Amino acid sequence: MIIQTENPALEIHDLTVSYDRKPVLWGIDLSVPYGSICGIIGPNGAGKSTLIKSVMGLIPLSSGYIKIFNQELDEIRLKVSYVPQRESVDWDFPASVLDIVMMGRYGKVGLFRNIRKADKEAAMNALEQVGMEKFYRRQISQLSGGQQQRVFLARALTQQADIYFMDEPFAGVDAATEKAIIQILRRLAGEGKTIVVVHHDLQSVSTYFNWIIMLNLRLVASGPTEKVFTQQLLEEAYGGKLTLLSEVGELMKKEQVPTRE
Amino acid sequence: MTDRLWEFVTFAYPNIKYVVLGSILLSISSAVVGCFTFLKKKALLGDVISHAVLPGICLSFIVSGSKNPFLLIIGASITGWISIVAMDYIVRSSKIKEDTATGLSLSVFFGIGILLLTYIQHSGNAAQTGLDTFLFGNAAALIGEDLIAFSLIAVIILVVVYFFYKEFKLISFDTQFANTLGLPVRTLELILTSITVLAVVTGIQAVGVVLMAAMLITPAAAARFWTNRLSIMLTLAAIFGAFSGITGAYISYASPSMPTGPWIVMVLSIIALISFFFAPGKGILIRVFKQYQNQRKFLGENLLKVFYTLGESNQNFLSYRSQEELMAKRAFKESTLAKGLTRLSREGFVTHHRAQWALTKEGYEKGKRIVRLHRMWELYLTEYLKIAPDHVHEDAESIEHVITPELELRLERLLDHPSVDPHKAPIPQKQQPIINNEQ
Repeated sequence: MIIQTENPALEIHDLTVSYDRKPVLWGIDLSVPYGSICGIIGPNGAGKSTLIKSVMGLIPLSSGYIKIFNQELDEIRLKVSYVPQRESVDWDFPASVLDIVMMGRYGKVGLFRNIRKADKEAAMNALEQVGMEKFYRRQISQLSGGQQQRVFLARALTQQADIYFMDEPFAGVDAATEKAIIQILRRLAGEGKTIVVVHHDLQSVSTYFNWIIMLNLRLVASGPTEKVFTQQLLEEAYGGKLTLLSEVGELMKKEQVPTRE
Repeated sequence: MTDRLWEFVTFAYPNIKYVVLGSILLSISSAVVGCFTFLKKKALLGDVISHAVLPGICLSFIVSGSKNPFLLIIGASITGWISIVAMDYIVRSSKIKEDTATGLSLSVFFGIGILLLTYIQHSGNAAQTGLDTFLFGNAAALIGEDLIAFSLIAVIILVVVYFFYKEFKLISFDTQFANTLGLPVRTLELILTSITVLAVVTGIQAVGVVLMAAMLITPAAAARFWTNRLSIMLTLAAIFGAFSGITGAYISYASPSMPTGPWIVMVLSIIALISFFFAPGKGILIRVFKQYQNQRKFLGENLLKVFYTLGESNQNFLSYRSQEELMAKRAFKESTLAKGLTRLSREGFVTHHRAQWALTKEGYEKGKRIVRLHRMWELYLTEYLKIAPDHVHEDAESIEHVITPELELRLERLLDHPSVDPHKAPIPQKQQPIINNEQ
């Protein structure tokens, strides 16, 4: 069941993404309305992270297009924020919490220019929002998993974007952090911002999200939570991969066949 | 020797000045660039480049027929740069992993370099003498034209790092995020690679192909031990580089049979070793010292605990006891026991009378606290972690030494002021009069 929305914040049209010719997402067609907190769910290897990475332009698209606020990503970069998976970086980097959070401002500051006082204040403000202001001088390797996630969220907040893409922000964090994060997401959504979150824990889906994207290499469902978060669709998404689809994918890799001629 | 030192520090001969300046500039620029290759976990990049510049040097000599430093640098940079691009291409578009691609790139380019060098050497061209110094380096030859070329490059490198500091920091930490900000990440990577190539090309002149990787990575690795801030790390690495540059130059001046380049690397290595052992927080020595301190602390606390439990069994906490009595309760080594008791008595926790030992009031309180923590932790493990009572003792043996007074309070509240542990032994209370029944 795929429910489209008029005038969406995020529109994905006929998207296919491949790694080494092997499609890992097939023909995704969906739209997400303004101001929603949208969860991307699906089993391991379903292509959840791949979906938001391709939205962020980190992976080349094999086909299709993506529009954010009806524009190309490059036209509105400063309005789009991305929170990568916590494990994607080495936290033993010589930097303080404040250093990392200020990186969110680099896009606004521009090349060759130094960080301004205003950027520092924006960073401190973001740290306050995530309850980490006391830790601003702390070396990042001394943070717990939950604190690391808060730092990444604070970095995204300094971007003052209108749409946020977050890769597993709730993975491996403590209960207090999870609560703090969801409160911030709700506040952002209340301000009309759109939030798209890759999520793993089915238990909390219906309380956290008002829009769901259900993936398993293909789009199983997309729509308001109350309509698509159903037993039947969950079984379709989680009930094993479509083996024919996977086999064709493997074949494309083996024969190096492009997705589009 | 002192005469030599005086000549050296006063730059008595212009040659000294050139060699010192050259060595410092080379060392600083490669140390600063090396910090980024180190943080990007591309430590072997320097090795690849340094081997891959050899064919470039030979080619530009064959083409131009001269040893003009600018021409040699251009040739060297081109092949050094191609080697990195080739390596990246192999990793991106084949199944070959980075380590293999590194090895491939390094040996193929070096092989071609040696081939060309041999060809030149047998070609009978008289101008070729000295070309092979690139293999092992010769900092003492840093004079005139060479020096100008290398200084210029070193300055360029430092200026580039200064202007792109913020961006280099970001792409070293989180390339993906840099991409999503819309920064020209590929160009930035290219610039970083290019200045790395330049640093290597100039550094090779001093230390040669084989030691060049050390010039890049060692200062960074050493600096990382002392600081958690990138700006300080870069500064420290530069200082380490400069210091070893000067020292290397001096050693080879004071004793002309000593080569400059290898000594620069030697000094760098010594700095790295010192950092490895002595740096606060991360150094090995601090850790060993901490372990030693812990052992002392554990021994003292264990002894006090034994006194306390012996006191429990005969309801006389302050009575004098022999070493045999203590050893019967817990298997201490005799020498350790004696040392521990002496220390405790020096610290005022036990007193002794001939060969008999007893707790002081302070020793009693401390012993009581350890027993209390031990038993509360056992209770916590059985109640909250559902661990069987016969499995909790060993854990509590070590945890009892680390629980802070704040944690103790929380534990007490959580367990609701318990009075007995899972083995029905009483948990001593904080305010509890000392029982001292004289027998």
